[in-house]
Amino acid sequence: MSAGFYFGVEVFLNGLMAGVMYSLVALGFVLIFKASGIFNYAQGVMALFAALTLVGFQSGQIPFAHLINAVFGTELHHFGWKMPTILALIFTLMVMILFAFLVEKFILKHLVNQEPIILFMATIGLAYFMEGFGDLMWGSEIKKLDIGIPQGGNFWLEEKTATLGGDGFYGFYLDNLDIWATVCAIILVASLVVFSQYTKTGRALRAVADDHQAALSVGISLRAIWVIVWSIAGFVALIAGIMWGSKSGVQFSLSLIALKALPVLMLGGFTSIPGAIIGGLIIGVGEKMFEFLIGAPFLGGATENWFAYMLALLFLVFRPQGLFGEKIIERV
Amino acid sequence: MFYREAGEFKTTYAKDQQTFPIALDRWGYFITLALAFLAVPFFINDYWANAVVLPFLIYVIAALGLNILTGYCGQVSLGTGGFMAVGAYASYKLMTAFPDLNIVFVILLSGGITALVGMLFGLPSLRIKGFYLAVATLAAQFFLVWLFNKVPWFYNYSASGQISAPERTLFGQAVTGANAVPAISYLFCLVFVVVLAWAARNLTRGANGRKWMAIRDMDIAAEIIGVNPLKTKLTAFGVSSFYIGVSGALLFAVYLGAAEVGEAFGINKSFLVLFMIIIGGLGSIFGSFAGAAFMVLMPVLLKNIMVGQFGFPTDIAAHFEFVIVGGLIVVFLIVEPHGLAMLWRIAKEKLRLWPFPH
Amino acid sequence: MNTQSYVTADGRTIGPAVMEMKNITLRFGGVVAIKDISFDIRQGEIRAIIGPNGAGKSSMLNVMNGFYHPQEGEVMFHGTKRRAMRPHQIAHQGIARTFQNIALFKGMSTLDNIMTGRLTHMKSGLLRQMVWWGASERDEVKNREVVEKIIDFLEIQAIRKTPVGRLPYGLQKRVELARALAAEPKLLLLDEPMAGMNVEEKEDMSRFILDVNDEFGTTIALIEHDMGVVMDIADRVVVMDYGKKIGDGTPEEVRTNQNVIDAYLGVAHD
Repeated sequence: MSAGFYFGVEVFLNGLMAGVMYSLVALGFVLIFKASGIFNYAQGVMALFAALTLVGFQSGQIPFAHLINAVFGTELHHFGWKMPTILALIFTLMVMILFAFLVEKFILKHLVNQEPIILFMATIGLAYFMEGFGDLMWGSEIKKLDIGIPQGGNFWLEEKTATLGGDGFYGFYLDNLDIWATVCAIILVASLVVFSQYTKTGRALRAVADDHQAALSVGISLRAIWVIVWSIAGFVALIAGIMWGSKSGVQFSLSLIALKALPVLMLGGFTSIPGAIIGGLIIGVGEKMFEFLIGAPFLGGATENWFAYMLALLFLVFRPQGLFGEKIIERV
Repeated sequence: MFYREAGEFKTTYAKDQQTFPIALDRWGYFITLALAFLAVPFFINDYWANAVVLPFLIYVIAALGLNILTGYCGQVSLGTGGFMAVGAYASYKLMTAFPDLNIVFVILLSGGITALVGMLFGLPSLRIKGFYLAVATLAAQFFLVWLFNKVPWFYNYSASGQISAPERTLFGQAVTGANAVPAISYLFCLVFVVVLAWAARNLTRGANGRKWMAIRDMDIAAEIIGVNPLKTKLTAFGVSSFYIGVSGALLFAVYLGAAEVGEAFGINKSFLVLFMIIIGGLGSIFGSFAGAAFMVLMPVLLKNIMVGQFGFPTDIAAHFEFVIVGGLIVVFLIVEPHGLAMLWRIAKEKLRLWPFPH
Repeated sequence: MNTQSYVTADGRTIGPAVMEMKNITLRFGGVVAIKDISFDIRQGEIRAIIGPNGAGKSSMLNVMNGFYHPQEGEVMFHGTKRRAMRPHQIAHQGIARTFQNIALFKGMSTLDNIMTGRLTHMKSGLLRQMVWWGASERDEVKNREVVEKIIDFLEIQAIRKTPVGRLPYGLQKRVELARALAAEPKLLLLDEPMAGMNVEEKEDMSRFILDVNDEFGTTIALIEHDMGVVMDIADRVVVMDYGKKIGDGTPEEVRTNQNVIDAYLGVAHD
């Protein structure tokens, strides 16, 4: 086998790992969409907000310090202590749950029975709000996030595989962080599937997804379910925020990962958990391979910006019901 | 008491279908037009033109375009920024390739080219619906921005990757370039706004508009009563993109003067115009004006209050802007999902009966 | 085949067949919705399709206006075999319909809804619409006059400018009928026009259907559950059960048909 082949395999593996991350973000969307019919555009900003909050707690930042300084002329910035990572994680999770409560109380409750498009636009508004709010609370400079996950290349794997290829191939280069992220994502995805299939809350959740009215009539509290799914989505956002944040720093661009999950949803369908997983893998591998084989050599690179969308678009034109949907019979 | 229709009797169907059925509205409209053309040009200065008036006029055109597609035809698009970029780059290529071409034609042709691109990306709308289509339009947004960034032909191989508008004149007055006077730029844009708003009103009031709205409200029923869905959706995409292209061309050539695609026409532009039509009112011409005015004025106002009055640093003011814009959108959707246009209509209903309660 | 014209007892002329369904079979995956059904609809008559729930009546109507394409059999319209067409093309041939679950355009007024029925008669070229003055305005006014006649006919003048979403159920049904009539169809399909109505509303609707048939000479095919109504207004009746045709003829013939009696009284299927 030539070195080129093994480079291809390496790109494939990297794509697979990126795909797992896309699946993770897509799952956050699917959960909320299934339970409340809301297409939650704010999912990405939630990841950013969670990561900002985590860093803030860890480093003992004073919330709204910048704003307080501007108003009162003080010079606040840090409390002067560091919080252990595990404590910071717990606090951040609590903030995300509080956030879920507030969203239910101030937004969802008032928008029941509105058209889906109105709800979608409300989440865009929410995304803008949170972005500004996060920046006001923690400041907008790029922050380093380190919760102790090893970084850099995995030399063990590189050494072990170095002999595989011919000249110019020095073994597979995979980032430790990516490997960790993949493992976490797989665990999370598996536990979410177990949660929604086998627990009582999970069943209630699926009942709500099937039919709001029917679920209400058998005594499931819609509002409680909403708080639960938004909390879970907040948790998923936190994990995604940690993974992406440790890799490239906590900054505004993190909120754009949500956009990457959208083509995954188109491919897999808005309501299908397996769809989100398979769709994520296809997109992850597809865009890395396309960039490697066609994008970088012939098109000037950076095709990852749009490839996923085009792929999803073309796919849907030929199969509008998505990967796992049944053929739609239209009725009048 | 004063604002009412009692005593006005419509004797023909044409009169019943006119744009402003109430006399007072009609007068208000004519007076606004007269002021806009005859008074404003004498008072306008650089600050007002650049901070408020020019962006307002240009975004009105984009909002009209998106409102035709989303508000009237029900096809949500998140590709507005990309289509504005098509208009901008088309006008740049036309201006540099044909230096003698009149600037009015440049702008109109740019709109035409954008219409073609828009229809191309509208083709999947026959098979893809709702959110799926909204996400599909993101493909247009990202692909177009990438294209204008990566293919040097589009920016004439300039080293900075930017495009900048050369000077073009109309009746001896500079419209684009560094020598353009605010009053002239203003009048140039104003003519486009008035003509295009009038055309949009006409397109939406008759047979064509009913086709769009029928597709929006129930596409299957529309097809069964004889509306060709593909053709109808494509005309909506085409007309909408024409407006958005014109807006993009004006934004680049008249307002910005120079532009870099990712910065000037990114995904945020798409959302900005979408917010305009939500806040203004979906499916309303007046709403497009109200929404554009709101989204242009509010940041200026916030900045003046926070930076000017309270002496906040500009970055905090910018963050507050996000918080307030986002919050307002949510509040608007909760209080009145039909936007400013609906509030205006309700106010008028009340006024018609005033001072009697019923 | 029925080619001979005749005059009914109440003085209406019934002409040759307008539409013929020949051996229609429609399947969804493995489910057979319609099995080998043939019947015709003659010029100027009121033809009813009746049958228990799930008999395939609505599917039949959907085949007639081209929304579903049958796997087997053919539809003849005005003596020629119909090619596979999209529903909007069939609307242009002069077939209009109403829907079982009201399918009005919620965001538009009553007047605009009925005006959409005229779309097959109106030109909507972008340029002339954009300019409005002249051709478009004349077109609009001309078609508005037609619509106003229908509004008068169905007695819905007062709700002209009301958004249809605010209308009560019975009136919505009437607006839907108005929209279908506005197309001046050669064949009018009504899918349960009286479903969910009280006795008084049913009487009104029956009267309108008879008047439409009488005054405009419109050929009507309708699906209805209420046997009494069908027997009163239909010239001929097709009876369906489990996707099959079990009876066809005048109300009198159908009433005495043993298969029909069994289906309605619930004799076990063997």
